[in-house]
Amino acid sequence: MMVGTRDMRLFAAVIGFVCFATATVTQAASTQSDFDAALAGALAAEKDAGALKNQWTTTEQTLAAAKKAAAAGDFDAAVKQAKLAEALAKASIAQAKEQDTAWKAGVIH
Amino acid sequence: MLRVIAVLIAALFLAGARPAAAADAINPDADFKAFRDYFTKKFPNVPLNDFVNGPYSMDAGLRKQWEAIEDFPPYDFAVDRGKDMFATPFKNGKTYGDCFPNKGIGIRQDYPYFDLKTGEVITLELALNRCRETNGEASYSYVKDEMASLTAYMAFTSRGKPFDIKIPNDPRARAAYENGAKYFYSRRGQLNFSCASCHVQSAGEHIRTEVLAPALGILAAMPIYRSEWGGMGTISRRFVTCNSQVRGVPLDPQDENYRDVEYYLSYMANGLPISGPGARP
Repeated sequence: MMVGTRDMRLFAAVIGFVCFATATVTQAASTQSDFDAALAGALAAEKDAGALKNQWTTTEQTLAAAKKAAAAGDFDAAVKQAKLAEALAKASIAQAKEQDTAWKAGVIH
Repeated sequence: MLRVIAVLIAALFLAGARPAAAADAINPDADFKAFRDYFTKKFPNVPLNDFVNGPYSMDAGLRKQWEAIEDFPPYDFAVDRGKDMFATPFKNGKTYGDCFPNKGIGIRQDYPYFDLKTGEVITLELALNRCRETNGEASYSYVKDEMASLTAYMAFTSRGKPFDIKIPNDPRARAAYENGAKYFYSRRGQLNFSCASCHVQSAGEHIRTEVLAPALGILAAMPIYRSEWGGMGTISRRFVTCNSQVRGVPLDPQDENYRDVEYYLSYMANGLPISGPGARP
């Protein structure tokens, strides 16, 4: 099918809008303090998981990746990893709380 | 009429509550029977005492390999080393034998036990390190060769003796037993697996090239030489590795939870013969 001039214009307009919108919503680069805040949240959640004796190795690995990225000055990646670590830690806490009673469903009777 | 309805509703609530309460009650004897029935029904062709041989009781090919391996058992070095260590006096002149009933010979089947004085489960590994500490020696790592050698020798002197684990009529002992059951059936790690996921629900199934051992009698062959490890491993090492494999951060070896789950599993194995030390793929 031939693409008409009108379609081309519309396509160009859409591309232009997307570029403009992307540029507008692009966030400023993360900073050391952004990382410090994200890391603090992750460490607090991981400490709570530790109190429940239910930490995940993936949380520890993600925390290590966050610290490594921060040490290299890549704070965007560091913040992303720290937030992921916090989410993993919170999932492990939820698992421990759920299993506190749910384990009985698996018992052989 | 309203009174009759109220009484009926109350009766229904009571009737519903009773089975739930009964199900929640700790009943090691009933657990033992249910546990054994589950495995003997699931694997009707496996002789009861053969469950202690783990994957070899469920896979003919593996069993042939194992029988060949047993001609020159890879754990023999550990037994010999453990025997020497066991007989070698500490600096104060005492030996391991002085810390145990019957001088430590032929007693593996009685471990772990619940110590009414300290109110905790005492595993053989813990008892060995406490023996060392009492006699002024540094404790050994629970996951390395020295502990594996000592327990290999002690298991060897108990071969064929049936597990004889007791749960004293003490609320602390029953709580430890229940905590062990809870640990065994609780899902953990990012993979959301419990011990039971592999060793109850999936016992006898393949996970990649390995055959998952049944939970019934699973500790009877410990410690084991694992080809995967290229060396000996203690019960502590096995628990730590299991946790890591489901992406859970392992507990400290001999953590209360590990000792309690050993207590629970060993009680479930009562009457089955000690077969350790063993060899596994």
